[in-house]
Amino acid sequence: MSPSTLVLRAFREPDSLVSLGLAEWDLLLRQVRHANLLARLYTVLEERSLLQQVPSQPLEHLNWAYVVLDKHAQAVRWEVMQIRKALADVDIPIILLKGAAYALAKLPHARGRIFSDIDILVPKNRLNEVEAALMLNGWAVMDLDAYDQHYYRTWMHELPPMQHHKRMTVIDVHHAIMPQTAHVRPDSEKLCAAASELPEYPGLKVLNPTDMVLHSAAHLLHDSELDHGLRDLVDIDSLLRQFCSLPNFWPNLVERAKEIELTRTLFYALRYAVYVLGTPVPAEAINAARIGRPSRFTLFIMDPLFHRALMPDHPSCSDWLTGIARWLLYIRANWLRMPPLLLARHLFHKAFISPRHK
Amino acid sequence: MNVSDLTSGELRRQLKKTGIFLQTGSFVTHLHTSIPSVADGIELLYQDYPLADSHGFVDFHVRLTTPLNIRRWFKPQVFFQSDGNSPFTPLPLDQAFPMFEWGLNWCVSSHANSYLIIHAAVIEKNGYAAIMPAPPGSGKSTLCAALINRGWRLLSDELTLVRVIDGKIVPLPRPVSLKNQSIDIIRQYAPGAVFSRKVSDTVKGTVAHMKPPSGSVAQASEIAQPGWIIFPKYQAGANAHLERQPKARAFMRLADNCFNYSLLGLKGFETVANMIDQAMSYDFTYSILDEAVEIFDALAPPLST
Repeated sequence: MSPSTLVLRAFREPDSLVSLGLAEWDLLLRQVRHANLLARLYTVLEERSLLQQVPSQPLEHLNWAYVVLDKHAQAVRWEVMQIRKALADVDIPIILLKGAAYALAKLPHARGRIFSDIDILVPKNRLNEVEAALMLNGWAVMDLDAYDQHYYRTWMHELPPMQHHKRMTVIDVHHAIMPQTAHVRPDSEKLCAAASELPEYPGLKVLNPTDMVLHSAAHLLHDSELDHGLRDLVDIDSLLRQFCSLPNFWPNLVERAKEIELTRTLFYALRYAVYVLGTPVPAEAINAARIGRPSRFTLFIMDPLFHRALMPDHPSCSDWLTGIARWLLYIRANWLRMPPLLLARHLFHKAFISPRHK
Repeated sequence: MNVSDLTSGELRRQLKKTGIFLQTGSFVTHLHTSIPSVADGIELLYQDYPLADSHGFVDFHVRLTTPLNIRRWFKPQVFFQSDGNSPFTPLPLDQAFPMFEWGLNWCVSSHANSYLIIHAAVIEKNGYAAIMPAPPGSGKSTLCAALINRGWRLLSDELTLVRVIDGKIVPLPRPVSLKNQSIDIIRQYAPGAVFSRKVSDTVKGTVAHMKPPSGSVAQASEIAQPGWIIFPKYQAGANAHLERQPKARAFMRLADNCFNYSLLGLKGFETVANMIDQAMSYDFTYSILDEAVEIFDALAPPLST
């Protein structure tokens, strides 16, 4: 296996890591750190009782990451409880998304997943009340100019990020999982209706398993940054491994993708999870997901782009095309977020008008 | 093999081509740069430091580079990179060596969570460490520089590393950072000491780094027991004066000076509490270095309770 794929080996065949030499450990830790997966690697090794076989110097770095992991888990629970308290009077179900959802639902891969913002989903017609309640409890919209405010409130699927004035924590309040201007707009009411209550935390919900996978996939494939591409793909891989034993999971997943317009997204997510991380997806599921398959030509273009952009942003994982691949996928993600004229207007504003106000 | 075993030309060539693998305390730093002032600083101040195996494990991959745009030539700048990431905004090129020192401190203080990391100078005698936490401007580095020129061993002038598992102090001896008038005060106080070139107009004013005593570098693996926690304060004209600190107050002040106290959670609390129990805590006011050294030399070992 080439040095560039050491990081993939860590998640595909973690047992093989015990034979690595010190220089390889050095490179591996650099790659996982750049992918924000160092703490996750700790838990992967811990689950398999392999930590004892890691040489002392790399083990020291893994232990440093464990300290962060431990504190992070505690901080996330605390923050979510603060949010629930702040929104108690609004009397709506709060649906946790992404990292916070994985953590509070106690999904195994949540341990070691380090993230900075808490994401929640609330009904669109209650957004004003939610924003007001958060403001009364110390959160405020972060410093944005009038255009950015307009951008979020008119076109996006979330309020501008709000930060707590004392704890400096950030919450993203969503009313949908895709922008209002995007080509595909999964119906938030369907997602909310299917969400399930967390038994230990009354008032808090998470998306149901199929929706959780589809949201994770949508986040990966429509996010303009892709700087946590591999981390998000590891999420999808872990969710699939976790949920695949549920009755009828795979047919339900494809069916749900049709219902909420995410068949293309699901196709790509399964394709790259299998290719990059060796996720065990049954052949029938792969076949069924082909309803979302793009043209042969599109795939011919997309495969090399994603194969590059999904790797950690580290020189050892990059070639001369990586930068271009990331840039093209950035354009693609924005293209999918907005119709062409609006996109042109947005990019024009970002390029020429926003800098003048700085 | 030590840095001093390389010829000046060889050191520069390695820094530029492959980088050098510098062992400081328990950390290995892979330093890569073609900036001459950084090479000068390494050659002058890091002579006694061991070079680590170039095929082994590295804790911090550090590069100091000049930008590839007009700022390479016009008002030239320097970037500090930690494995490709730039945690700081660039500085004027003239500040490249101080930036290496500050950047390496950042590498340690933002990663090494097996230690409680205190922003404090720390020196040792007879196995006991004197920890001097203090905000900038209190004269802790000046005091530390004076004491290590009078027989105390330097553990660190900036980062006190307290091992969480056993509460022992792990040395990280590196060049001592001195600012403004302190530079000339220590030059006069210790005429034999070696200094890097003064760099002016930094965020901290004019800075220079003093070479750590060879003995401190050679003993970098010898850990110490917390002996005294001393909050120093330079006060013009004051007589050197040591005063006991109540434990609760010393605890809060020590915790305030930690980089990762809250990150360590319960372990952070326990580590600070153990230090406060084991060591004696004092407030210390001084103006004359010789008087300060006399008082430090007379410190009684802490009661083993």
